Amino acid sequence: MSENKGASIEEKLYTIRYKVDDISHLIIKDQQVCAKCPTKECNDFCPADVYSWRDLTTQVAFENCIECGTCRLGCPDYNIEWVYPKGGHGITYKFG
Amino acid sequence: MEKFDAVIVGAGPAGAAAALEMARAGLSVVLLERGEFPGSKNVFGGVLYRKQLEDIVPEFWKEAPLERKIIEQNLWIMGRDSVTKLGHRNEGFKEPANCWTGMRVKFDQWFANKAVEAGALPVYETVALELIREGNKVVGVRTDREHGDLYADVVVIADGVNSLLGKSLGIHKEWAPDQVSLAVKEQIFLPKEKILDRFGLEGDEGATIEFAGETSAGMTGLGFLYTNKESISLGIGVMVSDLKKSRVKPYHLLEQVKNHPAIRKLIQGGETKEYAGHLIPEGGLQAVPQLSGDGWVICGDAAQLVNFVHREGTNLAMTSGRFAAEAIIAAKELGDFSRTSLSLYDRKVAQSFIRKDLKKYQGLHGLLNEIDPKLLFSELPRAINEAAFEMLKVDGKSKVSKQRFAIDHIKQTAGGTWDLLKLGWKGWRAING
Repeated sequence: MSENKGASIEEKLYTIRYKVDDISHLIIKDQQVCAKCPTKECNDFCPADVYSWRDLTTQVAFENCIECGTCRLGCPDYNIEWVYPKGGHGITYKFG
Repeated sequence: MEKFDAVIVGAGPAGAAAALEMARAGLSVVLLERGEFPGSKNVFGGVLYRKQLEDIVPEFWKEAPLERKIIEQNLWIMGRDSVTKLGHRNEGFKEPANCWTGMRVKFDQWFANKAVEAGALPVYETVALELIREGNKVVGVRTDREHGDLYADVVVIADGVNSLLGKSLGIHKEWAPDQVSLAVKEQIFLPKEKILDRFGLEGDEGATIEFAGETSAGMTGLGFLYTNKESISLGIGVMVSDLKKSRVKPYHLLEQVKNHPAIRKLIQGGETKEYAGHLIPEGGLQAVPQLSGDGWVICGDAAQLVNFVHREGTNLAMTSGRFAAEAIIAAKELGDFSRTSLSLYDRKVAQSFIRKDLKKYQGLHGLLNEIDPKLLFSELPRAINEAAFEMLKVDGKSKVSKQRFAIDHIKQTAGGTWDLLKLGWKGWRAING
């Protein structure tokens, strides 16, 4: 059905051009803090599904990041070291 | 070591405006941008207003990449499967144009190029890592390029909503989650004729719809649907503090919006060619920091200069960039780049529409925090739609009983007559501060 085309996050992110750096610009400061975090809400509020709780750690799919900064402000423990990707890297929008 | 009159961090509307004005005045300026090109990281709704850009580039509409001239603006109050509409269409919005839809990736490139044509030195694909300071004075910027230190009399901090540089100065604390909204958006392409027909437009006319209600799933939020030449910008912004609590995924929220019956029919058959997300500063006047100091000024989103009630941000950014440039040009004539000298910029902002408009709505941020968003963004919109449905439905019940139902239903939703009046009064105060 054409209405649902592009509905999944994978399809949505596929519309964005990325130039992925080799190293992550998003770093979990302390995985122990994530382990104790009762909500793990970054798994939900990130608009690009960067964060997922798997194997008792917060996995960071930094290559999906759209550089919005929600996690920087939204993490209840400010446990994410958030910087911009290296110059010229990360997302490039076509329309914006 | 080469030293510039100014280094501008960020080639968005604020930075490009500052660069353009200073370059025109003959100052040596560097325009820094972390993206591949100006605009490549930028997102807005997006409506561009004539007035503030015209002050910088007269008759810009003859050359700038614009989409549609907005002749109709709507506010929709959304129920789950219903909508109550308020709107205004006027031929008077055409000559002179009041505003256009636009795309930031195209517009920002054009605008930054104006600055470059005027003599600003573009340094793109370069991240400003930190401010270089001597005591309390800012003297330059450290970049992620090799030997990438840039020195200047003034650094213009126009690095957008996340403003890592502004934060490093300590002029504002980290934005609280209730001071920013996350907006997600799709650019949905449709043939031109479909857009003209669906919205009742001709030629380059355009329409906008803002919508609030059950589409934000009980969160403080506002949706938007704007017509472009051959696409529709559809998105929704919600306060990050509410988003944290709701556990709703932003892109699921957007999918729900796309499936609302009133919206689905406007976008059906369209092809999404881009998904985007961005934070919007919505802290209001209380969140605006000191705007200048020894060797620095801060502009645009980085300084929370956004009027979220009227979805104006780009124009405040441009004007703040222009004012900052004027203050720096004056400071150069004096040879004094101290806080005292550069505070001319703060005064220009204070005397302009920027501060006046932010002041008018200064109570709104507090009000939105005080009132349960479920009441304002879910229960009341639902009650309004149910009341309208009942009023218009002919089913043998008397008009008197229908009217009584409609009024009582809205009152009860607010918690009774007194609470509804209080809400109305508080709302009025909050938007007339």
